[in-house]
Amino acid sequence: MALESVAQLLPTVFEFSFREGYVPSIVYVSLYVSLVAVSLSTLFSIPVAVVLGFTEFPGKRFVQSVINTGMGFPSVVVGLVVLFAVSNQGPLGSLGLVFTKEAMIMSQFVLATPPITAISMAAIGGVDESVSEAARALGGTRVDVALVVLKEARYGIATAILAGFGRAISEVGSVLIVGGNITSAEGISKTRTLTTAIQLEARQGRYETAMVLGAVLVVLVLVVNALVLRLGDDGVSQR
Amino acid sequence: MPIQRRQFIKVLGAGALASTAGCVGTGSNSEQPAVAGETLTLTTTTSTYDTGLLDEIHSDFEEMYGVTVDAIAQGTGAALESARNGDSDVVMVHARGLEDEFMRNGYGINRRDLMFNDFVIVGPEDDPAGIQGMSSATDALTAIADAGATFVSRGDNSGTHTKELNLWEAAGTDPGGDWYQETGTGMGEALNIANQQGAYTLSDRGTFISQRSEVDLVILVQGPIEDGPEILANPYGILAVNPGVHDNANYDLAMAYIGWITSPGAQDAISNYTMNGEQLFYPEAVSEDPNFQQYVPQGWSSDSTDG
Repeated sequence: MALESVAQLLPTVFEFSFREGYVPSIVYVSLYVSLVAVSLSTLFSIPVAVVLGFTEFPGKRFVQSVINTGMGFPSVVVGLVVLFAVSNQGPLGSLGLVFTKEAMIMSQFVLATPPITAISMAAIGGVDESVSEAARALGGTRVDVALVVLKEARYGIATAILAGFGRAISEVGSVLIVGGNITSAEGISKTRTLTTAIQLEARQGRYETAMVLGAVLVVLVLVVNALVLRLGDDGVSQR
Repeated sequence: MPIQRRQFIKVLGAGALASTAGCVGTGSNSEQPAVAGETLTLTTTTSTYDTGLLDEIHSDFEEMYGVTVDAIAQGTGAALESARNGDSDVVMVHARGLEDEFMRNGYGINRRDLMFNDFVIVGPEDDPAGIQGMSSATDALTAIADAGATFVSRGDNSGTHTKELNLWEAAGTDPGGDWYQETGTGMGEALNIANQQGAYTLSDRGTFISQRSEVDLVILVQGPIEDGPEILANPYGILAVNPGVHDNANYDLAMAYIGWITSPGAQDAISNYTMNGEQLFYPEAVSEDPNFQQYVPQGWSSDSTDG
């Protein structure tokens, strides 16, 4: 695993030592939480975007404005609301989710859903009328038409998913509040992500360490972006 | 000899568990509470966490009972608030006034004195307010206020922040103005900010020692460990969350933890924990004349609240 070897290399390059397994476990938690949250969010957002893109109903504008507002919603407030929900005093208290990965997934889901929905909607809306006309003329059902349009808009939808992922993985405030930034005594992360680890290192004035973790985070985001865009391309060049 | 020490701690831990077994659940001590595989949530202060003490000693406890400790560093006020909401099982904090209130309100029980270190006033080497070597903390703060020298306050309702406010009150000064900056951060970050601004701040000695290599600040007013004024003492307490208030609190495990961390073995581990060759915390749980006051709010007497 490349991550392992990078983590092994770090102490020799810099004047500090991570405990073994520390960095890989943080990377794992970051990726696990953000990928699960974004996957769930995608499963939820795409149908919503399709419905909004293809149907007219009273109150549609209102729903759209709610989604657009959500795009700018402060993540710390989302974290606070999720904390109230999952705290043992809250409505979901009996589930014992406070300071767990599941609570972090909940808050990232809330954060990632508006951008994924809004950008997917724009992508679907941007598909040329003639495409859906043609699909309908060929006797396609509404589902067929929707699928054709989705296929046509896949690049825009991939962009939407990436925007959601970017918001989720680079977020500090809410995961710190609902996750608690926990590692085991052996230094294996339970709810510590790259962003909260960076915050912790910076808080203690270990700026070099923070920079290294920051570089790992940037590389991670670039890799995920590259992978998703290739999928959106179907591996086939359009032009 | 870490192996020997571990075995020593194991034996003590078993003793601590046996002694708590009698006072949990139905009071039957026929079998030990089965805590293996469970998770203890500990909310604590940034000062105990950032020094690395907890990581160092917790693995012994985790191994002994086969459990996991989730330590969450929040600052004293927030740590107690989490416990009030039933989100933690045990709290390790350092603000006796807040701890007393927490117990009086019925949220915390079985408080124990755990360990102590002290507070120090740190600042830039050139010491614009001229407080170097003052034997009174309040005089030093008054001098800083009079000079209008930048002072960084935690401003986060932590134990250190609470102590700082008490000191201003004792000095008869109401801090305010451009020179007084509240950061709302943990101790480590407050030291960083003070360092970058050439400012004074109040720090617990442990965090300062563990970060000394990162900052150019120096200790200007010592605490009682180095013969400074008693007002700068910094005692830490540990409390279990009352299972009568929060039935989801893992009381058995919390008491096992308190039993373990106040046992001679763990107390030795605390005093053996050094950073840059300096001892950070001084154990306080094992003493020749145990002090009843540690279990109850200060000034409490049995006839004042007879439930």
